[in-house]
Amino acid sequence: MSIKLNINIAKTHLFAKKKQTIVASLGVTFGIAMFIVMISFMTGVNKLLEDTTLNNSPHIRIYHDIDNKRANVLDQIYTNDGHWNVVHHQKPKQEQVNLKNGMLIAKQIANDPNVLGVSPQLTTQVFYNYGPTPIPGQVVGVDILQEDKLYQIRDKMKLGNMDDLLSSRDGILMGKGLADKMNLTLGDHVGVTTPQGNAMLLKIVGIFKTNIGAIDNLRSYANISTVQTILGRDNYYITDIQIKLKDINLAKQYSARYKSVYGYKAEDWEEANATILASFIIRNVLTMVVVSTLLIVAGFGIYNIMNMTIYDKMKDIAILKATGFERKDIVQVFLFQAVFIGIMGGLVGLSLGFGISYLLSITPFDAGEFLSVDTFPVNMDPKFYVFGLLFGILTTIFAGYFPARKASKIDPVNILRG
Amino acid sequence: MDTILEATNVNKYFYEPEKFQVLKEINFSVQRGEFLSIVGKSGCGKSTLLYILSTMDTDYEGSLKMNGEELKGKTQNELAQFRNAHIGFVFQFHFLLPEFTVLQNVMIPGLKLNRYSKEEVEQRAMDKLNLLGLNDQALKAANKLSGGQQQRVAIARALINDPALIMGDEPTGNLDRANSGLVFDILKDLSTTQQQSIITVTHDPEFAKNCDRVIEMSDGTIIS
Repeated sequence: MSIKLNINIAKTHLFAKKKQTIVASLGVTFGIAMFIVMISFMTGVNKLLEDTTLNNSPHIRIYHDIDNKRANVLDQIYTNDGHWNVVHHQKPKQEQVNLKNGMLIAKQIANDPNVLGVSPQLTTQVFYNYGPTPIPGQVVGVDILQEDKLYQIRDKMKLGNMDDLLSSRDGILMGKGLADKMNLTLGDHVGVTTPQGNAMLLKIVGIFKTNIGAIDNLRSYANISTVQTILGRDNYYITDIQIKLKDINLAKQYSARYKSVYGYKAEDWEEANATILASFIIRNVLTMVVVSTLLIVAGFGIYNIMNMTIYDKMKDIAILKATGFERKDIVQVFLFQAVFIGIMGGLVGLSLGFGISYLLSITPFDAGEFLSVDTFPVNMDPKFYVFGLLFGILTTIFAGYFPARKASKIDPVNILRG
Repeated sequence: MDTILEATNVNKYFYEPEKFQVLKEINFSVQRGEFLSIVGKSGCGKSTLLYILSTMDTDYEGSLKMNGEELKGKTQNELAQFRNAHIGFVFQFHFLLPEFTVLQNVMIPGLKLNRYSKEEVEQRAMDKLNLLGLNDQALKAANKLSGGQQQRVAIARALINDPALIMGDEPTGNLDRANSGLVFDILKDLSTTQQQSIITVTHDPEFAKNCDRVIEMSDGTIIS
């Protein structure tokens, strides 16, 4: 077969100039290796952030959004009769922040087979009083078993037992950061004061750590009834319903539905975490830009070397054409060389990329309080390796095709006549 | 004797730096087994004619027939296949592929033709090398041979597909007297025993003297 012969000629050319072949391959090697390292690391970071955020935030949160914008009183009475109504400093209307019939809504939502768990909550801002300085924070009243279903509280317990909360009327589970701040531990009592002036003495029955500073440094969990008692509210008073779905992609659709059915604000996780999602996109764009630049540079390297090779091989091309090689044969001979360089460089690049990614994944890294990682997050997805090789080969085909086409256009007469 | 190659009313122009007629109404034919030399001063158009006859130069007017088949108007790819099967080339410079062995160089046009299996092509290549007294050089790299040996390898390469026509552009131009004689004898032998036609362009009067026929050219026309 003609193609076999062309490949043989290409191979002989490549092996005759090992050094040049290796140098050309190295360009691809570094390009692909960096591609693998960058994309593994960047997606690793994204995944870590996403997991940490999503594990500790609801897919949908339903709450009563207090909206202070309301038509002023005069406008409501005198409309459209040729004069202006001016009301300065209209104060917000007094409004209850609770969800009316909240418990019923929660029960209804829980019956949906697509819903993984529903946790009704009653959250209040408080000052923790232990010692002279009041520490601001919040107490979240929950059904701890439901909350556990959503956020795996049991696994995050550092001290004490989560179930002890169920049998305690004034017990709380306190965030580790908060407890450390006040030097509190299991069994200690701490006073809380709400903005409305209600105060109560609570007992720490457990300490948890989620590794998210915003939670660990501020939050305590209590039974809903305990918080209702602190606030002096009836036992149907709740402020939040947090929902996790079986499929996170349904969140947008479901939040829209809840909003129209229940009339309260329903916020899905994408809306709540817009800044994090934006940072994902920026990182992805950055990765793509750097990686494509690397591959383009490698491509130009191959283009140059192929051009030089063809200049070198003018006489050979001329005699091959004289003795019966068609244009497509010449293209094949040189294109095969480029593709071989691409595949070889690509495979070495993949191994190098894997090596560097692996080293990175075992490099100790202290992310402080915000993230619980011991090493750099690296996502070793086999998909990236397939893409890497594919991109590498595509780049070399592009870079090799133009010189090969040029070679096939060489007029043998000019060269053979000397 | 039957006609193997026939050129009718061939005209050729160069356009750089200005229009200039290189070949004027060339008519001639070559018979099977004929050993033909084209001679003439530099610039008389003899090489230009040879490259038109070789089918590599397609930019001319007139008709070119080989074995009765019209070649004018065929595509480059068709002509490449045609050359592969029917024409062997020997140039002033050997044009061997330096990365390949002597044997591989001879085999490449044979493998390209794809008429015989690889083993058969190898056997045929060895036979041709044998014929030219190079069988002991077969596995050496092509660029490790002497000039005379390289030119003989080039002849072996031209012979691999048993072409009806062998074309030489000053095949002895780079060779010393002894090697020139050797190459001439080989070509002469091919034309008589194998009935292969040979067309060469040469500056060597002794080479031309011993040919079956000599065509002399001047200013783009055949004068004798």
